[in-house]
Amino acid sequence: MTAELLRLDGVGVRLGGREILRDVSFSIRPGEFTGLIGPNGAGKTTLLRVILGLQQASSGSVLIDGAPRAARESSIGYVPQKLAIEPDVPLRVRDVVTLGLDGNRFGLRLPSRARRELVGDMITAVGAQRYADARIGELSGGEQQRVMIAHALISRPRLLLLDEPLANLDLSSEQGIVSVLARLARAERVAVLLSAHDMNPLMPVMDRIVYVAAGRVAVGSTDEVVQPEVLSRLYGQHVDVIRVHGRVLVVAAPAGVDDAQAAAEDAYGGDTEHAGIAG
Amino acid sequence: MGHLLRYVFEPGFFGSGPVHVALAVGTVVAITSAVVGVFTVMRGQSFAGHSLADIATTGGSGAFLVGLNQFWGYLAFGAGAAAFMEMIGIQRRRDRDVATGVVLGAALGLAALFLYLGTQYSSATGASFTILFGSIFVITPSTVPALIGSALLALATVVALARVLLLSSLSPDIAAARGVPVRAVGAAFLMALAVSVALSAMIIGAVLSTALLIGPAATALRLARGPARAAAAAAGIGVAAVWLGILLAYDSFYWPPAGRGWPVSFFVVTLIVGGYLVTFLRRRDRRQAAQEAPDAEQACSPV
Repeated sequence: MTAELLRLDGVGVRLGGREILRDVSFSIRPGEFTGLIGPNGAGKTTLLRVILGLQQASSGSVLIDGAPRAARESSIGYVPQKLAIEPDVPLRVRDVVTLGLDGNRFGLRLPSRARRELVGDMITAVGAQRYADARIGELSGGEQQRVMIAHALISRPRLLLLDEPLANLDLSSEQGIVSVLARLARAERVAVLLSAHDMNPLMPVMDRIVYVAAGRVAVGSTDEVVQPEVLSRLYGQHVDVIRVHGRVLVVAAPAGVDDAQAAAEDAYGGDTEHAGIAG
Repeated sequence: MGHLLRYVFEPGFFGSGPVHVALAVGTVVAITSAVVGVFTVMRGQSFAGHSLADIATTGGSGAFLVGLNQFWGYLAFGAGAAAFMEMIGIQRRRDRDVATGVVLGAALGLAALFLYLGTQYSSATGASFTILFGSIFVITPSTVPALIGSALLALATVVALARVLLLSSLSPDIAAARGVPVRAVGAAFLMALAVSVALSAMIIGAVLSTALLIGPAATALRLARGPARAAAAAAGIGVAAVWLGILLAYDSFYWPPAGRGWPVSFFVVTLIVGGYLVTFLRRRDRRQAAQEAPDAEQACSPV
């Protein structure tokens, strides 16, 4: 049994009198790929922020390697949901990835061939070499995600947190990001905790799922968690799990509407697996 | 002040004491302002720079009224305003609108009063002009060490913070998660900005000081790619504008209406704006070229 890298014990978060998360407990072991799945507004970002130390938990504990997180925690890499960066900011892809190494240090850095090669290798590893000299603000969402993954991984963290990296991506960028992550996580033995509102693109790579709904979580393998009984208990209302063409749809019928009809509408509605469930 | 002005009328440009002072102070201030300006534009704090300049105007005119060198007024009011802004945290758009209309208006109104009273009690009629629009040829030699010292301090602060400032502008959350004291770094930067505004005010006046701060930086950001290159380009543009401005202002003593010389600020600001506009021509050329030959562009990109 490998030691736990991250452990959450009974974590609860209240913001402005509103309960965002309640009694969240799970752990992550080295090299595991965990999907943090749930509808928008379920508390996924808040949970990631608690792990990063950006949000104080109102109860419970977060342990990294069995100890509370340090102020300069270097074992966690983080890819935020969206960069607030303008196209005129003169940060090239190279600069952004280099900042992943030493962006938290003061003073100037001297030029170093070893560092330049390390950065070049990391850029190649995420497949961003074609736009290595472009400004980060000029890139598409999928390209920025690749760069930020390189930025997060270059300091060799043992746990990588990603907040909705697949949101607003086209299908091929989505698959590209997932395969880059799965490959690097395996090669570097980095544990990945990735939040998403749609679990389907992650099905082939997820070892475990942490399903968040209504501020609570259900944890286990996808087969264990994505079950009507488990999710119904979590959502606090009746939920159906429909498997069509290798995709999973989680469907809740609004009160008073025929279940079958809602399911049919949802299936035609396309991608979203959470239609009908308020976040 | 009068005896210094006499020197300016001497024919030899390089033999002139005020020109030496102007060149030395102008160079150091142009470099500091340009480098601080690059981070100011990147952090989206140009508005903060402008607010500090307006409040520094009040400080400069107050210093004139009580008989101090205007630099100390610029510096004290600018730093005070920076501390206040950091304390209340002017982040929301609405707050900015209120600040522009009410606080900055009041500051400039106060400046008008101070300048009016100051010119009533002393015969220095050029003082209003010097405070509002600067006069690099009348820098008192005794303030030069203070000017250069504060410029180097502001520059050193920004250089020391360069990497954490870049990481914070990429994502404040990443910076905070990696242990960067984001708030303290922001406060230190705002202080460096206040000092730069005070220094630029000495060169081209309190009202125009943001031009020297933001202009070269904005131009450099359109041209250069990496952050170090952008800072170097901005510094180059700032120094070139100040040097050319000083030279043209010196020469303009022989221009009509003869014998008075045109203000340095006019030349510096015009050169900076001109440089900025040129980058638009360049960009348009590139875009047109790209539109005309899209196949060539594709063929060049590595597969």
